[in-house]
Amino acid sequence: MASIETVALEKTYQVGFWRKKTKAALRPLTLSVPDGEVFGYLGPNGAGKTTTLRLVMGLAAPTGGSFKVLGGDIGDPSIRAQIGFLPEQPYFYDYLTPRELLSYFAGLSAIPAKERTRRIEATLKRVGLYEDAWSTQLRKFSKGMLQRVGLAQAILHEPKLIVLDEPMSGLDPMGRREVRDLIEELNHEGKTIFFSTHILSDAEALCDRVAVLNRGELRGVGVVADLVGSVKGKVEIMWHGTAAVAAMQAQGFDCHAVGETVRAVVPESDVDRAIDTLRGHRAKLVAVTPMRTTLEDYFLAKLNSPAEVAR
Amino acid sequence: MTNRIGTIAFNTFREAVRDRVLYNLIVFAFLMIGASLLLGQITIGVQRQLLINLGLTAISIFGVLIAIFIGIGLVSKEIDKRTLYTVLTRPVQRWEFIVGKFFGLMGTLAVNAGLMTVGFFIALIYLMRGLQASDASILAAVYFILLQFMIVTAVALLLSSFSTPIESAVLTFAIFVVGSFSEDLRGFAEGAKGATHYVAMTISYLIPNFSALNYIASVAHGNAVPASMIAWNTAYALLYAGAVVCAAAIIFQNRNMK
Repeated sequence: MASIETVALEKTYQVGFWRKKTKAALRPLTLSVPDGEVFGYLGPNGAGKTTTLRLVMGLAAPTGGSFKVLGGDIGDPSIRAQIGFLPEQPYFYDYLTPRELLSYFAGLSAIPAKERTRRIEATLKRVGLYEDAWSTQLRKFSKGMLQRVGLAQAILHEPKLIVLDEPMSGLDPMGRREVRDLIEELNHEGKTIFFSTHILSDAEALCDRVAVLNRGELRGVGVVADLVGSVKGKVEIMWHGTAAVAAMQAQGFDCHAVGETVRAVVPESDVDRAIDTLRGHRAKLVAVTPMRTTLEDYFLAKLNSPAEVAR
Repeated sequence: MTNRIGTIAFNTFREAVRDRVLYNLIVFAFLMIGASLLLGQITIGVQRQLLINLGLTAISIFGVLIAIFIGIGLVSKEIDKRTLYTVLTRPVQRWEFIVGKFFGLMGTLAVNAGLMTVGFFIALIYLMRGLQASDASILAAVYFILLQFMIVTAVALLLSSFSTPIESAVLTFAIFVVGSFSEDLRGFAEGAKGATHYVAMTISYLIPNFSALNYIASVAHGNAVPASMIAWNTAYALLYAGAVVCAAAIIFQNRNMK
């Protein structure tokens, strides 16, 4: 079953003084996020990622199309009870401590009173917030700490589907690593994770599938394992010694030297010829690496491609 | 349902209690009660009347200010700061959120009014060297002040569900002022002719009738408050505030979050 399924979901806004002009924040989007996947929703700033999440979470009404979350209607409280949501740059009640805030959310999520304390403390520890921060008011928290509190409230009630809007924003490299590990752990527990990001390395490391969005339009959807690692038909050769550069250039290979180390990218069919040339000039080979596509290549290619109807 | 409303109400109360604005206003209210005590001492014969008038007016005005300052931010602040996102994506109905907010602020106002009333009675006992039987009607006047708070809170909540905090504050205060003169407006409407008559009459019925809930001058003169008046005023305030909270919930139900 799909955890999130949208069919031609769209959102337009009326703009201008008389509200006669329309602006499309999300053009008809058809997308399916299967159960148990980590799904990355990629796009530059202003692509429509947050708009999509707001629609899917029932915070704004779509202008057209339809969608289902966990097979039901987001208006149904029993469906919302199974969802955890972290908004972008979360901000919480200033005068509450993390413990009080989570207690408030536990009350709203109907976590039994006798279980609350244990669950709250375990969740705070899980997101990397320890006892010394539990009694500090949130107004004294850094952006990164607030992000952790945000993650804690999203997973507190052990939801089936976790929707995260830019979960790594505001975190230092250590924090990002911890959140990545947490997302992996949650996925291993069988939870579906749908998260938006513009940090491609995070998506590449975590996601089973990604969708690329630009200017409110879906530009591509694919399985990350298929998108990255496919050979491009080119090989990168690195060697020490600039003596061979002239000979390589004479053969038509483009060389870039940094100090004594030189790098050239050659077509797969020319690798033997290039290596023979280097040996002939007694250059010391450092590496011969087939070039593979990265998620960044896919992302950049899709940003400018025509819109696609997703599978 | 009740649990969720209670949770939201308690959180609203806790947030309000930790807000400095509240304490500033309470301090001002106590200062005003203190000042009326001083004025009472230099006034011969009407000390009691002056203290009741000024003391209860202080409770009323500062309570209304708290209702407006906190009430206008109840919904709009949560939308601006996006704290609502993590609430509305839980199994909480939007109307439950509005009702919870209303009860949370009413709880805050009731506790404040209770505190200020205790302060006021201490001042009264100090000035008059004791209490008299007719002072019980002061409690009825305080109860009417609470009913006023209930309506002001509902109006602030309604306006806050679709407009900015500044607009909500100005409008709520304007409605409070006009409502406090609603009986004068009705008198004017009865004397007016043509379109003016109908417009003034309609406004006087639409605007909450705060003048009917103002018994301060009457109890200051030692008059008793009839039980029927308590019943009618309670019914009026409950119906008016209930209708306004319902309207706020309906508007909020269809509101798109930014």
